[in-house]
Amino acid sequence: MLKNLADYIVFTMIGLVPGSRSGESLNFFIYDTLKIFLLLTTIIFVVAIIRSSFPPERTRRILSHKREYIGNVMAALLGVVTPFCSCSAVPLFIGFVESGVPLGVTFSFLISSPMVNEVALIMLWGMFGWKIALIYIGSGLLVAIFAGIVIGKLKMERYVQDYVWEMQVGNAEIVEQSFRDKLVYARGYTLDLLKKIWPYVVVGVGIGAFIHGYVPQDFLARWAGRDNPFAVPIAVALGVPLYSNAAGVIPIVHALMEKGMAIGTVLAFMMAVTALSLPEAIILKNVLKNRLLAVFFGIVATAIVCVGYLFNAIL
Amino acid sequence: MKIEVLGTGCSKCKTLYENTMKALEESGRNAEVVKVEDIPSIMKYGVMSTPALVVDGQVKFSGKLASVAEIKGML
Repeated sequence: MLKNLADYIVFTMIGLVPGSRSGESLNFFIYDTLKIFLLLTTIIFVVAIIRSSFPPERTRRILSHKREYIGNVMAALLGVVTPFCSCSAVPLFIGFVESGVPLGVTFSFLISSPMVNEVALIMLWGMFGWKIALIYIGSGLLVAIFAGIVIGKLKMERYVQDYVWEMQVGNAEIVEQSFRDKLVYARGYTLDLLKKIWPYVVVGVGIGAFIHGYVPQDFLARWAGRDNPFAVPIAVALGVPLYSNAAGVIPIVHALMEKGMAIGTVLAFMMAVTALSLPEAIILKNVLKNRLLAVFFGIVATAIVCVGYLFNAIL
Repeated sequence: MKIEVLGTGCSKCKTLYENTMKALEESGRNAEVVKVEDIPSIMKYGVMSTPALVVDGQVKFSGKLASVAEIKGML
């Protein structure tokens, strides 16, 4: 239906020729933009309602004094549904470790929460289909669980800033919201998020549409195809500075995949965009000493590179 | 009445402060409003997601930006 609408606008109303570069690019742009905004609006709204039932205070209570392995798995899963913004990473980190959530379990949460976020998932689903979206969720959770377990095993508690352990943390009551409150919250959340990401989506889809129409087929196969072993690490390195633009990056990556970028490389790049970011590193520096910060980045980056190689090999 | 706006300085925290001031003005009530930006004080309330609103020592909500009307209902 959306496809028909896009066809109608481009070929009938504007009068571009089907199959021409400009026609196909514009058609692609209109179709993708419509589809993505439709998906974003409905799914963010639903996710916001689910999230309002999992305030971080509740998640912390569930994870407190959990053993490793089971704790890591639960933390990674709860990371998906607990609302998280990197601007409150510091109080969240302190709140977790102070109330007895093991360090490795806390990291599983901190890794999964931004990586397996609804915007990235919707964009992946809308552009790559549900299979890729599911693979992304699955491997994202695995990276979070694995990295958290390793950090837990390394016993790095002394590389948390000392003041964190001395802090007095109160016990905030969980304010139960009525369903009406949740709807109001979800509406505000959806509008806020859309307001923040729409320019990225439009620009991203625009660039993607341009690549779709104008870049020759298989243009990237030689550099970013599965035969180049350096493609995955380079994609991960490029993903780090692109933080918070998952909404804009995915349409571009989708177009690049059409031109020959391998799927594992695409997934690794996406994960690096969402999970590893310089601003987050700067924020986490408030609670972590350099050594732990470096270990955190190193392990997550390595795990993501492995995921990239794995899917390049099997898909 | 003492109102504390907890937040580490993000844009939502500033908007919450403005909304709180507006809510007070519109309801014609008097209160001492303070911005609390240092982590130890925020943690003392057990708040893990900002912004949050504390009225007379009680956490009213955290992790969201309340509208002027919502805040009025909490005063």
